[in-house]
Amino acid sequence: MNERFGNEFARVIKNMFSLTYSLNQKAGKVGLTGEVKLMSEKRQLKKIEQRKVLRSTDMDLRFKYKISETPGAEKIMLCFQCGTCTADCPIARFSESYRPRKLMRMTQLGLKERVLSSDVIWLCAACFTCVDRCPQDVGISSVLRALRNLAVKEGYMPRVYRDLAANILKTGYAYRISELRLKKRKEQELPALPKANLASIGKLSKITGFSKLVETEGEKSARS
Amino acid sequence: MPEVRYLLFLGCVIPYRIASYEISARKVLAKLGVELVEMPEFNCCGLPLDPVEHDMMLVLAARNLAVAEQQNLPIMALCPGCAGTLRKVNMILQKDKKLKEKVNGYLKETGLEFKGTTKVKHIMQVLAEDVGFEKIKETVQNPLNQLGVTEHAGCHVLRPAKYIGFDDPENPTILKNLIELTGAKSLDYMDATECCGAPIIGVNDMIPLQLTREKLDHMREVGAQAVITVCPFCHMMFDINQPRIERVFNETFEIPVLHYTQLLGLAMGFSPDELALSQLRVDTSEILKLL
Repeated sequence: MNERFGNEFARVIKNMFSLTYSLNQKAGKVGLTGEVKLMSEKRQLKKIEQRKVLRSTDMDLRFKYKISETPGAEKIMLCFQCGTCTADCPIARFSESYRPRKLMRMTQLGLKERVLSSDVIWLCAACFTCVDRCPQDVGISSVLRALRNLAVKEGYMPRVYRDLAANILKTGYAYRISELRLKKRKEQELPALPKANLASIGKLSKITGFSKLVETEGEKSARS
Repeated sequence: MPEVRYLLFLGCVIPYRIASYEISARKVLAKLGVELVEMPEFNCCGLPLDPVEHDMMLVLAARNLAVAEQQNLPIMALCPGCAGTLRKVNMILQKDKKLKEKVNGYLKETGLEFKGTTKVKHIMQVLAEDVGFEKIKETVQNPLNQLGVTEHAGCHVLRPAKYIGFDDPENPTILKNLIELTGAKSLDYMDATECCGAPIIGVNDMIPLQLTREKLDHMREVGAQAVITVCPFCHMMFDINQPRIERVFNETFEIPVLHYTQLLGLAMGFSPDELALSQLRVDTSEILKLL
């Protein structure tokens, strides 16, 4: 127990120092030769500044309305940034980047491109802890789902979902169940697996527009 | 005693990799007088596709519900993911007329209609509500008094409370009670309701491995001789991935992971073979010696 907290403490301290160091380095204060390079310092500082500043041109003001029209995500505007979601999120504890509160704020601000192209939105495990504990009943996991659905429409989708989709369209099951498994079922006196109505699934996939989404060629890969 | 009949919704993970759950569940349910009817046809509940396209998830779930309605039977799922999804879609469509119309518009093209006349339960809920603790206790012939175990119920059995709502997600007691009926001691441990991270395997493997490792660590601290699960996905994290976790983090856990139905089956007097204990990845011989 103590050891774990000790390690955690050491990690936090280490990160603090390495962050100060890298900021100094970026600002040109710590050069390899100890020399302060004035020109590069100015340029470096400007770069850091640029990354921190949000420009109104980066914001799509309609984005939050679009999200709030999605079933389950209607309450996105009610998020008042208390941070209960991030504090209680099991994934956030082990991820350097996944912060549900930040994603809610970015969505409210309309940082559409940044949010949709980020692979961070694919890290929610849908444990629903934040859903149950959110004091504003924002339905964070549904907002995440709405963001993912839009990301897919923009061409961003992790490989694993493409595979799951292909399996379901081909077999009705999300995983490819091998012949060996099916044979084993007989040996274990288990009844035959129920068959899927593939024609019917194919038809539903077409009319909901699903097949178009998963068959698109030339996928973009999500970035971190 | 009213007749308990359910359509068995197996889902995808169980026939894909976790046959031991199905084998043991069929054994104990038969003994408890729960009659299982096979689904006449089946497709994935839709959960894995919700992140891709919400409407596709809705129609896949509604399709299964409509098939069950035609059989005039309620659904019982062994997988909390399936149970949670079907339950939620059933409730949403029953309430939201507009959405129901939209979904039925799709289903009509395939000759089906969602009416909202069936019910969906997870096996744990069937055991607690339809069979009842008393009847389960009566079937225990071989109490597992020597055994101390920790539970991992899985998120979708408990949350979101709005749709699942048969146990308190902040202080769940049902699985604990079900475990204690077998004579085994259910040990409390830190973060018992925490997620194992399994759903993001494939997007990011390290986070789920770290989450599960931490839970195993907490279970070991309280002296767990076995982990009890009711979810095939969680079971995969704790059992199939346990050697991987040991390798990655240079640890030794060797804690066997049993489905609740296997634990109950042992207490009912079924042999380890009948309950497919040999199919588990982590060796169970140490705990079998205690019985």
